[in-house]
Amino acid sequence: MVEFEVTMPLLGGVLIGVASAMLLLFSGRIAGISGIFGGMLFQQGSERTWRSAFVAGLIGGGVGLYGISPELFANTSERGFGMVAFAGLLVGIGTRIGGGCTSGHGVCGIGRLSMRSIVATVTFVLAGIALVAFVQPFYL
Amino acid sequence: MAKTNLVAFFSGVLFSIGLGISGMTQPQKVIGFLDVFGAWDLSLTFVMVGGIASYLVLQSAIQRRFPTPVLASVFQIPTRKDIDRNLIFGALLFGIGWGLGGYCPGPALTSLGSGSISAVLFVVAMGIGMFLADRVVVPPLAPAPAKN
Repeated sequence: MVEFEVTMPLLGGVLIGVASAMLLLFSGRIAGISGIFGGMLFQQGSERTWRSAFVAGLIGGGVGLYGISPELFANTSERGFGMVAFAGLLVGIGTRIGGGCTSGHGVCGIGRLSMRSIVATVTFVLAGIALVAFVQPFYL
Repeated sequence: MAKTNLVAFFSGVLFSIGLGISGMTQPQKVIGFLDVFGAWDLSLTFVMVGGIASYLVLQSAIQRRFPTPVLASVFQIPTRKDIDRNLIFGALLFGIGWGLGGYCPGPALTSLGSGSISAVLFVVAMGIGMFLADRVVVPPLAPAPAKN
């Protein structure tokens, strides 16, 4: 195990929870990013508009964060572009079929004690751990 | 209508700040979190803990005190309880992609704001993956329609 941080991840997690609760309180919606992104691409009218606004907020926040502290986007994973694109393809297919990602299943779903989301989260975390255990030795 | 878009925008901004300060926008930290049998970096466990705990408390308070959302007529919350093949198969594929790239959807979208080429490639491929899932992958997985 390597040295790890607690305070900033915990604070960041709370911000994510508050942002998700804000969307629930005002709009009655679940802050599942894969669902929001997919809806932005494939739905029409107001269903598309609010999702686009949320995604614009994510990207706009990213622009601001990058301006203040670019090291938050440091990428030393050494994954090549082809690998990253393939990963994106799998994430797109998987989240669409599985009905959610780290936010929709992992935070909002577990936050309402949904059994589907608990099962999905345990499954994708274990799949990620297995994949990294298999692949990471090639990157050392 | 305009107000719900504004709420969605600010929720997105807040969400991205949470992702950024917690380390989720650094793929090697995500990979480190999943590298349980190697150089395991526990940090991102606390993102999940903070996110789940705060959402659990806030959402139950919201559900108790508000019969409807402030700006909408109904809460649109998933009601399915079945554990089906798609849920497991989809989560497996997502987990594999997550470990390969070190990005999940939120951090990838947020990282577009940094101009990262990796994030652009990831997001474009993710959109294509979603399109393919709807057209190509899900139909054969769906239960066969009843015969007349």
